[in-house]
Formats: sequence, structure tokens, C-alpha cells
Amino acid sequence: MINWSLRQLASALAHKQVSSVELTQTFLDRAQRYNRELNAFITLDPERTLAEARAADRRIAHGNTQPLTGIPVALKDIFCAQGWLTSCGSKMLHNFVAPYDANVVEKLKQAGAVTLGKTNMDEFAMGSSSESSHYGPVHNAWDLRAVAGGSSGGSAAAVAARLTPAALGTDTGGSIRQPASMSGISGIKPTYGVVSRYGMIAFASSLDQGGPMAKSAEDLALLLNVISGYDARDSTSLDRAAEDYTRDLDQSISGLRVGVPKEFFADGLDADVASAVQAGIAELEKLGCKLVEVTLPQTRLSVPAYYVLAPAEASSNLARYDGVRYGYRAPEYGDLRDMYMKTRAQGFGEEVKRRILIGTYVLSHGYYDAYYLQAQKVRRLIAQDFQSAFERCDLIVGPTAPSVAFDLGAKISDPVQMYLGDIYTIGVSLSGLPGMSIPCGFGQQKRPVGLQIVGNYFQEARMLNVAHQFQQATDWHTQMPAAFS
Amino acid sequence: MQWEVVIGLETHAQLSTVSKMFSGASTQFGGAPNTQASAVDIALPGVLPIANRGAVERAIRFALAVNGTINRRSIFARKNYFYPDLPKGYQISQYELPIVQGGSIAFFVEQHEKKVNLTRAHLEEDAGKSLHEAFHGMSGIDLNRAGTPLLEIVSEADMRSAAEAVAYARTLHALVRWIDICDGNMQEGSFRCDANVSVRPLGERKLGTRCEVKNLNSFRFLERAIVFETRRQIELLEDGGKVVQETRLYDPDRDETRSMRSKEDAHDYRYFPDPDLLPLEVSDALIDHVRADLSELPNAKRNRFQHELGLSRYDAALLTANRETAGYFEAVASALPQHPKLAANWVAGELSSRLNKEDIGIERSPISPAALAGLLRRIDDNTISGKIAKEVFDRMWETGASADEIIEREGRRQISDSSELERIVDQIVEANPAQVAEYRSGKEKAFNFFVGQAMKATKGQANPAQVNEILRKKLAQ
Repeated sequence: MINWSLRQLASALAHKQVSSVELTQTFLDRAQRYNRELNAFITLDPERTLAEARAADRRIAHGNTQPLTGIPVALKDIFCAQGWLTSCGSKMLHNFVAPYDANVVEKLKQAGAVTLGKTNMDEFAMGSSSESSHYGPVHNAWDLRAVAGGSSGGSAAAVAARLTPAALGTDTGGSIRQPASMSGISGIKPTYGVVSRYGMIAFASSLDQGGPMAKSAEDLALLLNVISGYDARDSTSLDRAAEDYTRDLDQSISGLRVGVPKEFFADGLDADVASAVQAGIAELEKLGCKLVEVTLPQTRLSVPAYYVLAPAEASSNLARYDGVRYGYRAPEYGDLRDMYMKTRAQGFGEEVKRRILIGTYVLSHGYYDAYYLQAQKVRRLIAQDFQSAFERCDLIVGPTAPSVAFDLGAKISDPVQMYLGDIYTIGVSLSGLPGMSIPCGFGQQKRPVGLQIVGNYFQEARMLNVAHQFQQATDWHTQMPAAFS
Repeated sequence: MQWEVVIGLETHAQLSTVSKMFSGASTQFGGAPNTQASAVDIALPGVLPIANRGAVERAIRFALAVNGTINRRSIFARKNYFYPDLPKGYQISQYELPIVQGGSIAFFVEQHEKKVNLTRAHLEEDAGKSLHEAFHGMSGIDLNRAGTPLLEIVSEADMRSAAEAVAYARTLHALVRWIDICDGNMQEGSFRCDANVSVRPLGERKLGTRCEVKNLNSFRFLERAIVFETRRQIELLEDGGKVVQETRLYDPDRDETRSMRSKEDAHDYRYFPDPDLLPLEVSDALIDHVRADLSELPNAKRNRFQHELGLSRYDAALLTANRETAGYFEAVASALPQHPKLAANWVAGELSSRLNKEDIGIERSPISPAALAGLLRRIDDNTISGKIAKEVFDRMWETGASADEIIEREGRRQISDSSELERIVDQIVEANPAQVAEYRSGKEKAFNFFVGQAMKATKGQANPAQVNEILRKKLAQ
């Protein structure tokens, strides 16, 4: 049962082969049992979760079922969910119980899903290893010595170890795709504006995008059907007709032009990753895709541009955490200024403080033009690169990350090394394009490798089609870490 | 040395929308603290702003009223600073691209016409309130006002006296009320001014160092603060000192301005475009929609009064000083279509001065436009003289009765019966032979004596033109 797809689970529930309470209890038991090793969850609240499962069973009994009725889904702790601690992995919000539901949480509830728990993450989603959490690092389900990837590492580890059938994550510069890659699962970041950001705690507003993380492309499509759509409470949400992301899953991908950017296979890509990704691309070719070499010349500028723009927005987005109205406040302080300083010094971790400082600096008088405006120009150039590439191909494929999951602690003291690991995902984020990662093999120490698929705006259905066809022909996505079976 | 003061004003007009600039919470004044603060207003994690269309429409209305340029694409920007009554740690405002640029405001100061150019007007949200009293060493925060929509209207440094600044502020105040974008309530803070004041030697072209004076929530404070600040700067310069660029606070109790913060401790607000809000696009359709909803704007009305009704520029300006006065005048004038000037003279003259004296707004005038028109009609048809009309006007004011009632009841009808007037004149001529001799010897002054006597005998009701004519005739004999 723990390996069943969402369709199989929905069918079993609808046919009353299993109740939501039984199903939910199974995953809750696993989550509680394995969380000691993985630290994938910040909050598990079995009573609250089981109450939702019981309510789902009542609806099933009345024949009133929605696509996800009774199926547990875990939420990255960045999503506000009414009554749940919503810490965003930070001491700053260690006591913040959300009084409202994020738009995607509302949508999951309307679709009948049961909230399994809140997953661990890098503090305020700032990180690529889920080590910067106030609640301690997440461990990789395939190798507990390794990081799970980040920032949605808790969601990735929970899906990988089958502690939940599926989870939601968020992606600002790769935070869904990279942990999916390192944890051997599937994850998709939709086109910017497809999923509402309302109730998703902001890191960098112009980049943040929520998305599903699951075992297969088919599950991703089902989840994306539920969580996507216009939301009047988010000005950047796109007002367009609803799509059925499952519609193209079974189509042939023969004749599809797949672009392979040469910059993604240059220096910096580990050999084990390169060979797994090349094998994955060869598989696509076998399925009839035509390979096209494309170029994304500004790739090397994507990391510096991102690490100006994202911190700039973050420095402002995180100003509200001041100890005045909610969240952490320093226990002792003198005047107002002292209260601010102590609260923020104690409430934020190192990486968050580093980014607030960078962001404050690049927005400062006299530096704004040289950094912020310059980075915005680079951002436009990067987006143009992708548009030029898409004139020659339908989709772009390549590695999601330059390496497999690294050891815990290996990069924590070297932020630049950590940032460079985002090189293949960041350009997609800066361009607002949809990107996904699916498992395509294993590298060193049998740690998973992800294949990244990037589409043009609103090409999610096509990307999911390719991923699904790949997964019909391969079994990388069905493998799970032996320690949790 | 002769000095010249240079003044520019920044005015915050609270827009009269039902809900806030970026949230659905109510903007009603006076609610219990924090009862009108939504999740967005208190800046909970994860919430997002949505621009209020009503506020945008009001900004467009303002642009149309001052002949400003409406930017079809303007940008909301974040102004970052920490303060407990600023929940997000930034204020959403407009910086590089405001919704309105340019435009002007024209008015009269005494008899001289003045035009003040506007730099810009932009949309922004208000902060909350910090309450420092009654919390024993702590401060209370009330976020009801946080997020209230404001239009910040920035003038050029075009004013040269406190009187001009006050006249500008009054004209602007009347305008925003006229076009119904702001209730203008200064006690509640719906209309507040900051003044940028500098002085320079008369004839000098370079501007002096300016100080920004804040907390001017009445026209009187605005005037007092500028007068004080001008004097302070002149005295400082004449004593060989230098004006330091700073923000100063006006203290009405002491009638002085005090330094609040200098340029050195000025914040670096780190403005940048708000990534939560798309650029604000204003379409032709929206502008047309706003325009269609507008009644005749003050400028257009002023021109019409001047060119179609033949009023002086001054009267036209006076009668369009606010919507109520214009409405009153138009009601009187439409009842007397042949005599717009007579209507203008009375509304701008007798009525206005009486209203001023008693400190009553024209909308609460005890004499209605129809009643005033009734009085003017009796002047026009010679039932009463202009002089008697002023007395009838006073009686109307006191009693609420119509002009006709008073004229009849109190016998104020003008005597135009020539045989009656001739009889009266004959009696006077007969009774005053000495003055007759004086007049006939060439002393023209003596004529006035006879006019006075005739008026006295008729209790002022004699038709003055007729009395003159009869007197000339009789005295010439």
C-alpha cells in the first residue's frame, strides 16, 4: 500500500478496500517511527490528522468523493494551515499557529485530502540542503549520512521513505527540483503564477512557487490539477482557464524535439551524475525524441543574479518578523531598538541573517543600480536565452543538480559552494518557467540522480507527458530505499 | 536684507474608499483598537496585498481635476523601515513611477491670481498608530488605520508666503472634497500637510536649504508653522548661521517648530518595486469610465462662469471655491437666467460675508437659493431698491420668511407712484426755503439734503431714480 499511486489509493478508498483512517494511520505510524532517523517532519499531530481522516471516511460513506478524498498529503512547513504550527523552519515562528489556510491548503481540503503533517525545511526556505532548519537537518532516506536536498528536504525525504503518499513543496531557486533529485522522487515547479502564493510564507516573492512532490509524474499531474488555479488574493496569480494536467500523460513522445543545453554538461558537473543523466536522455531518444543541442549562454550569470534578487526581496519580506505582533520576541531587552536587534539576532539563523544582510546591502542607496538593477537586466537576458532555445526545441532536459546528495555538514560552512549547486535550477526560476525533476538513476554511494525537464511557459502537461512516458519505460521512480521498506 | 520664502507642500489626502488600499478591512474612523485590522493589515506570514480599484479610480479623478498626466503604467514600491506601527516593516507606496504626474491648482490670494504646479500624486497606504500614553512604560499599537489608502499630492516649490500656502491648501482641500475622493476631515487626519520651507535673499535664484515641517493638521497650524519657520530661518541666517536640512515638528501649544531628525539620521528607505503587486495598468476604458462618472469639474465650471455667464475671473474663482458654493450659485442663477451677474454679486457678496461672519457653511444657509432668487427678482422688477434689499435680506435671514412676505408685511415696496412722490417733494421744497436758495445759488451739495429728506419721508422706500428726477425738476423751477 505504501507504494501505491494516488489513483490506486483513490480507487481502494472508493471501493472501501481500505478506509482513510486505516490508510492515514499506516502513514502516521511510519512517519512517527522513522522521523527519529529522517527528521522529515516538524509537526505531526495524529489527533488532528485522524479527525480529518474520519471526516473523509464519512464523506466516502455518503458517496461524496473528490479526487483526493481520504488521501494523506504532507505540507512543507511554509504553508499556513489553520490550527497547525507553521514555523517555516525558524525559531522566529516557533510559536506561530496559523489562523488561516493557504490557498493550496484550501484546495487540498476541498479535494478531500487529509493533512498528514508539516515537513521540515531550510529556515524560510533559504538553503539547498535542509540543514538550516531550527529543528535540525533532514536526513536523506537513501543514505542517512547525506542531506535530503533543500529547501523542501522534509517533503522529499517523507515521500522517498514512503512516510506520505505525496507532499507539497515550494521552489524559489530549485527547492522542489533539487531535493526531489537528491531524494530520488518526482517534483514539479509550475510556471510562476499557476499556483497561488496566498498563505505560502514569502521568501522571494517574484520567484516563489508552490508545487507537488510525489513518487511519479502521474501523481504530480493529479496534484497539480488540485492546487493550481487563479486566486484573486494573489495579484501575481494568473487568471487562465483550468487545465487537466493528466490529459497528455499517455500520448506518444515520438518526434518531440528535446533540447540539451551544452552549458549544463560543462565543468562542475560530477561524472556520476553526467552518466546517469546521459543515460536518461538516451532513454528519451529511444522513446522517439529528437535531441537538439541548445545553448543557454548566460547560465553562469544565473547564480550571481539570483543571489542579488532573492536576498533583496527576502530582506524586505522578512522585515515583518520584528517581535511586535507574533512569533519570537527576545525575553530581555532595553528600548525598542534593542528589542528589534535582540529579537532578530536570536530569532533568525545564520543563513537567513546572511541573506538579509546581502539583500539590505544591494538595495541600499548607492548600490541599488549596480546590484539590484543590474541583476534585473541579467534576469531578462536569461529569460531571453530560454526563449531562443525554445525556438529550436519543445523541451529542455539536463541534470537537476551537479552532484548527488552530499554529506551532512559538507557544505554548511561554505555558502558559495552551496549556492553554486543551484546552477541548473536557478535560471528556470529567474525566467518563471516550469521545471521538474524525475529520478533517472544512481550515482556515487548509490545516491539518486535527477533528470530535469524544463518547458516553456504553461507546458506543464507536455513535461508531465514526457516524464510519465519515461517512467512507463523505466523503474527508477518505483525504487525505494531499502531501510524503509 | 529682504528675504523671500519658498514653500512647497506635501499633502496626504485619505481616500474615501470603504475598504483599505490593499485589504478588505474597513476604513471607518474611530473603531475599537485593532478591530479593523485584517490578516493583511497585521502582516501575518503568507498574506498578500491586492490593490483597491476604488482608490485607483479616485487618483484618476484627481488627475482629471488638476489636468495632470495619468501614467498608464505605474509601479508600487516598498519603502522599508522598522517601526511598530508599520506591520510589514515596509510601506507600499509609489516611487519612481507614480500614477499621476504634473497638473496645477489655481486660486486667488486677495485679488491676485496664483497658480501652483503639482509635481506628482501617488497612491500609498497609511501606517497604524502608536499610543504612548496610558501604558506605563510601554506603547500600544492600533492597526485600524494601517493600510488606509492615501493620495500623496506633492506641489512644486511655487508658493512665496504663508498666505499663499494656506490658500493653496484650502483650494486643494475644497477640490478633493468636491470630486468626492476625500472627506477632508482634518481633525480625524483625513487631510494633512507637510510643508517644505526655505528662505533666500530676494532676487536670488538658487534655493536655500529647506526644512520639512510636519504635523500640520489645520490651516491655522500650517500658517503659524510657516510664519514661525520663516522667521527662524531668517534670524538664523542674519546671525551668520546656516540652515540645516532636517525634519521639524510643529508644536501648536508652543507655536514653534522643533527638530525631529536631521538629514544625517534620515532613513535609507531602500525603495524597490513591490514584487507582490504587478505594475498598475490604467486603460483608456478605465479613464473613460471615471470621466463619465464625473460631474462638471471645478476648472470647467470656472471657465463657463467666466465665459458664458460673463462673470469676472475673480468672481468665477470665488464661486467655484467649493462644490457647495458653486451649486448654490447655479441654483440662484438658473432661477434668474437673465441676471447671472446680479446673482454672482449677491452670492459672493452679501451672502458670503454673512455666512463668514456667522461661520456657517453655505449648504446650511438659512436663505435657500430659491429664496435669494425671490429677493433678487424684486430688485430686478424695481419692487425694492438694492439698499432696501439688503434690509429685506437681513429680515429673511432672521425670520426665514420669503422676500415677498417681508416686503408686503413690512411695507417695503418701493414708492414709484410719481404723483405721490411729487406731493412729498413739494412739501420738502416748501418747508426748506434756505436750502432751496443755497442749491439755486449753485451749491450742488444741497441736492443731497433733499434726497435725504425724501428718503426719510418715505422710510427709504422711494424709487431713488424717480426721486432724483422729480427733485431736479422741482428745484429748477
